[in-house]
Amino acid sequence: MIRDITLGQYYQADSVIHKLDPRVKLVATIGFIISLFVVDSWVGYVVAALFLACMIKLSKVPFGYMVKGMKAIVFILLITVVFNLFLTPGEPLVTLWKLTITKEGLRIAVMMAVRLSFLIVGSSLMTLTTTPNSLTDGMEKLMGPLKHVKVPVHEVSMMMSIALRFIPILLEETDKIMKAQIARGADFESGNLIKKAKAMVPLLVPLFISAFRRANDLAMAMEARCYRGGEHRTKMKPLCYRGADRVAYCVLLLYFAGCVAIRVWL
Amino acid sequence: MSDVENRDKEETKIMSLILDHVNYIYGEDTALAVHALKDINLVIPDGQFIGLIGHTGSGKSTLVQHLNGLIRPTGGAIYYNGEDIHDKDYDKKKLRSKVGLVFQYPEHQLFEIDVFKDVCFGPKNLGLSQKETELRAYAALKQVGLADEYFYQSPFDLSGGQKRRVAIAGVLAMKPDILILDEPTAGLDPKGRDEILDQIAKLKEETGITVILVSHSMEDVAEYVERIIVMSRGSVLYDDTPREVFRHYKELEQVGLAAPQVTYIMQALAKQGMKVDTAVTTIREAKQSILQSLGK
Amino acid sequence: MDEGNTMGIIKTDKLTFEYIRRDEEGNVEGITRAVDEVDLDIRQGDFIAILGHNGSGKSTLAKHINAILYPTEGTVWVDGMDTQDESRLWDIRQEAGMVFQNPDNQIIGQVVEEDVGFGPENMGVPTKEIWERVEESLKAVGMYEYRKHSPNKLSGGQKQRVSIAGVIAMHPKCIILDEPTAMLDPNGRKEVIRAVRALNDVEGITVVLITHYMEEIIHADMVFVMDQGHIAMEGTPREIFSRVEELQELRLDVPQVTLLAHELRQKGVNLPEGILTIEEFTEALMAVPGC
Repeated sequence: MIRDITLGQYYQADSVIHKLDPRVKLVATIGFIISLFVVDSWVGYVVAALFLACMIKLSKVPFGYMVKGMKAIVFILLITVVFNLFLTPGEPLVTLWKLTITKEGLRIAVMMAVRLSFLIVGSSLMTLTTTPNSLTDGMEKLMGPLKHVKVPVHEVSMMMSIALRFIPILLEETDKIMKAQIARGADFESGNLIKKAKAMVPLLVPLFISAFRRANDLAMAMEARCYRGGEHRTKMKPLCYRGADRVAYCVLLLYFAGCVAIRVWL
Repeated sequence: MSDVENRDKEETKIMSLILDHVNYIYGEDTALAVHALKDINLVIPDGQFIGLIGHTGSGKSTLVQHLNGLIRPTGGAIYYNGEDIHDKDYDKKKLRSKVGLVFQYPEHQLFEIDVFKDVCFGPKNLGLSQKETELRAYAALKQVGLADEYFYQSPFDLSGGQKRRVAIAGVLAMKPDILILDEPTAGLDPKGRDEILDQIAKLKEETGITVILVSHSMEDVAEYVERIIVMSRGSVLYDDTPREVFRHYKELEQVGLAAPQVTYIMQALAKQGMKVDTAVTTIREAKQSILQSLGK
Repeated sequence: MDEGNTMGIIKTDKLTFEYIRRDEEGNVEGITRAVDEVDLDIRQGDFIAILGHNGSGKSTLAKHINAILYPTEGTVWVDGMDTQDESRLWDIRQEAGMVFQNPDNQIIGQVVEEDVGFGPENMGVPTKEIWERVEESLKAVGMYEYRKHSPNKLSGGQKQRVSIAGVIAMHPKCIILDEPTAMLDPNGRKEVIRAVRALNDVEGITVVLITHYMEEIIHADMVFVMDQGHIAMEGTPREIFSRVEELQELRLDVPQVTLLAHELRQKGVNLPEGILTIEEFTEALMAVPGC
């Protein structure tokens, strides 16, 4: 039931993208997002669109899944478009009652919409093709150098993995506690905002206590299995770059160079 | 139809809970649809002590959550005192005060600053006056046998067994007619298990409340209940007295259950040619039967 | 091995653990002696059971063996190492592995094989060897086919077996199980006890099982019953089960077959005390004249 929710919506498939090292995908996603702000001409956006389309095709993830992520931001998208459309000063195109749509407004609104959509789809592509565990491993390896400036890279990564592991469990526990309180006549639905907030107490207090208890148990279990931080730890599944990863980096570099070139010369 | 069902048909007029062709499928529109309850027909009369047993995943928990309206059946209907509990205007809160459900490890739902306040939560939700709420809370705590000195302590300072009693009191304070307990002995030591079950049996004797005990312990169930409902893969496999149900111990084993150890002992003795009653389900009965056979 | 060493794999000498009870304002209310002068000497390869009601101190005692807790008085030695010796802390925890009660709260990995590898990773075992250990441990508990599964989808008994595999992947000399079956259904309990017995019989790993389910200890070499922090009874399972009234006073019970035999004996039927199984009962009853 609830335990079957896969966070980040990982989509199981056997594609070139799935098999890439998570670091490549992390760097690629960040690079892609930056490229969306480097580029600011129609040609640039077409190139970005083509790049994204190629990656989606290679990932073997159905297009429907990509668009799922868009549902969440439809509202923000709408607001961004409307604001930019009507509130940008410039050469007026159309006038509706007191509001004016300007040429600049139209241009900026479309650009913002495109950027936002591509950003969401690009990020979704990463989470759809990479398991949460690989992502935290990738981030840990990438942030490795920060260890030298006393950033607790390993600890942060461990915290993220454990949080991901326990979210389904805590969700299920929330459901259980809610049901137990409803069986005692609790009402989580009706009432104004203040009433609803107060109604959360019988849900949140037991949940917090349970979470702390689990954390305590888990810490003991980790210590019992000789966990003592990141020093001298080996990895069962160490991250190593392979041929495909190096090729991917080259492709990424070319794409980014292309974007910069388009910006400079067009 | 067994004797139990025949008797019940006549007393239908004072019946509490009736399940009529209840079906429940979750994830109905997805590819992972599970038919958790298949055509359940049950009659729960007043004042019975019922045991509900079944392997993990048999549908026990799902069934029990239907009884107080927490889950809505995808097919069929549930009637309480003649009314369909999923009718548009039916007061579900009131139903939950009449059909009390104590979940497994109920102490995990405690949250208030002190024991007394936590037990007041239920009656308060029913909109009762402060005076009535406090009277009920006090009575409920006495019913579970908790000493006065603990009433104003934080629930988190109590022992596991005490916390559990407080949680059960929280449900009893709603004054239910039917009390459903899901594995009330889970995690308790042997004496703790006996104490809670004895307390529940005593409560039933004194108030005539209907009790449904969900349990994995065949020995506990055989000792206390007068009727056992066996669930397997979403359907009711058996619905009869303990003696009759445990006669089918071979079939029970096939669905991941068993009979009390005592039943197996008697079967082993009978195999050796001893004249004993092989359908006993408690130590008391076994002792009597063996002593009789030995001529003592 | 160490034939010359007469000390058992686990030894305690007058082990005492006290803690201070404080009230809500932090004022000292009193001192609780959770463990009271316990002497243990467990030999390598033994299957030891520690019984006791909730609050008897059995879990507190167990946590001293792998240095999660330190004694207030007395000493604990694991394989000759004093648990209070900080320099040997990780060696001690590698030799004395521990499995806890809650199946969910000791699984760290999101995939079964990753969780089993957690211990060896912490110990700095080379990658290739980690995989070998993970494979052999999962096979030893019968969970190898689930190695790529998510732990969320396993039953309680399966989760506990994965945790056991995670501990034995560290190649400990002994494994302590703190009420591993308390939160499981009867089938899960059977699975876990079966796996534990196999580890003791086949691999020769010392097992210390903490429980209050009497049916689980029938095959133990030695049983200790705790009450209020000290050892109230010790002996073989048969010796312990002979003392039915004492056990009941200590808030424990015995399997139905033992109790039945005991009650019949009280009514004059000539049966021996300490009957453990149905077979023994049947045999003994058949031998009684009048049958």
